[in-house]
Amino acid sequence: MKLITAILKPFKLDDVKNALQAFGITGMTVSEASGFGRQGGHTEVYRGAEYTVDLVPKVRLEVLVDSKEADAVIDVIVKAASTGSIGDGKVWSSPVDAIVRVRTGERGTDAI
Amino acid sequence: MTDVVLSAGDTAWMLASTALVLLMTPGLAFFYGGMVRTKSVLNMMMMSMVTIGIVSVLWVIYGFELAFGYKGKSAWYGAISLSGLGSQVNNLTNNGGVYPIPVLVFAAFQLMFAVITPALISGAIADRTKFLSWGIFVAIWTTVVYFPVAHWVFAFGNKVGDTITGAGFLAGKGLEDFAGGTAVHINAGAAGLALAIVLGKRVGWRKEAMRPHSLPLVMLGSGLLWFGWFGFNAGSALAANGIAGLAFMNTQVATAGALLGWILVEKIRNGHMTSLGAASGAVAGLVAITPACAFVAPWAAVVIGFGAGIVCSLAVGLKYKFGFDDSLDVVGVHLVGGIFGSLAIGFFGTHVVNSVGLDGIFYGGGTALLGKQALGVGLVLAYSFIATLIIGFIIEKTIGFRVSRDVEVEGIDLNEHAETAYETYSSSRGGSSL
Repeated sequence: MKLITAILKPFKLDDVKNALQAFGITGMTVSEASGFGRQGGHTEVYRGAEYTVDLVPKVRLEVLVDSKEADAVIDVIVKAASTGSIGDGKVWSSPVDAIVRVRTGERGTDAI
Repeated sequence: MTDVVLSAGDTAWMLASTALVLLMTPGLAFFYGGMVRTKSVLNMMMMSMVTIGIVSVLWVIYGFELAFGYKGKSAWYGAISLSGLGSQVNNLTNNGGVYPIPVLVFAAFQLMFAVITPALISGAIADRTKFLSWGIFVAIWTTVVYFPVAHWVFAFGNKVGDTITGAGFLAGKGLEDFAGGTAVHINAGAAGLALAIVLGKRVGWRKEAMRPHSLPLVMLGSGLLWFGWFGFNAGSALAANGIAGLAFMNTQVATAGALLGWILVEKIRNGHMTSLGAASGAVAGLVAITPACAFVAPWAAVVIGFGAGIVCSLAVGLKYKFGFDDSLDVVGVHLVGGIFGSLAIGFFGTHVVNSVGLDGIFYGGGTALLGKQALGVGLVLAYSFIATLIIGFIIEKTIGFRVSRDVEVEGIDLNEHAETAYETYSSSRGGSSL
């Protein structure tokens, strides 16, 4: 089992969500995030005073998947999230030891 | 003296103007509140709101007499006595002549000026002022600085027949300040500079970003200020007449000019026209036209406004050069804008638009008027700055004027008011009542 985490441009969230649903993913967790990568921050000017904003707003999307599907899901996310410009984000997967569905107590891949 | 009968039209306009000017102070609260960070917006707005409370009470007890009383026969203060406003319900206003409006309406109108002037100062000391100390400062400052200065500028004395008693010093000298370029804006601006020096810089000033947390609030505030300012300027005619109309039109076009001037500077200097620049430019124009609105022609109002927008947009950078944390640019906008507008009358003033006005340099009047204006600017600036410095240091050395570093860093809203403006963390929803 894998946890796939994607950092996305906020306005690409809908595209990625729709693509994942079309692929057959039935659940995900989305949270607001901020950070920077190669894109860096940006500059804002208030009454002539410049401020460098290091942390750019992003969306973090997390999906639990069966290990067999992990690469395919990553491909779906990357395809849907790409604009080709700097700051498109990152996707990674990490191993998951245990998953439990709280309502039923189901464990492992049954709980995905 | 011929009998003057009450004018329903003038009185109705003055009642409406009074309410318009009151609205400026909550408008200012939005204007300033939007410019501070999320952790201090409530404190910023409360500094304006509590000023309405304090000054209104002082006004009815002794403030109106101290500013506009004539029995002291002094050029420097009105009368030191209880205002006794309740005994004058049916009296007409006498301020250098009899106006056909009830004296209580005049007193209420002038009260709103006394309210907003100290509120303007609060922008210079955002995020770091002990709330109780602020309240005490407002009471002392209004008594020692605003009421007397209002007398200098706005009190034309009690006129009976040909005799005038108790006119203010600058009013008597012929200073042209229609609605308070000196008494309100230079006064508040100089006081703001003094308090910014007394309280010192905010923690992290120039090191961390202190971005305005809500520019829409700033835009709302500038809109309310603009709207209320028609009462401030056109109401200062104390009548619904041609002078009120002139002041009204000049207020509109000067503000428009300043808005454009400020964002034009931004476009050239930074490449972008900002919403904060448009809001700030509008206020700078309103400030600059305040003294001049009934003494210049509308084309000159556009020039004054445009010039003020440019000058003030550059002046707000001065605090970085001189190293004082005038947090929301009370100096750059109100002091500089007030000086600009007051002196501009010396150039653009003309008797053509207002028979009691003198001609300025551009109308062949020479430098006499500019001299009167410079005297008013210098006197109010110097008195307000020095008196505020003294009041500020006394408060700082006795009860303390500034919150502790921890309070400032964690947030003044939470520590001084036990409130926060926004729910920034959803986990804080799980509160329980004790």
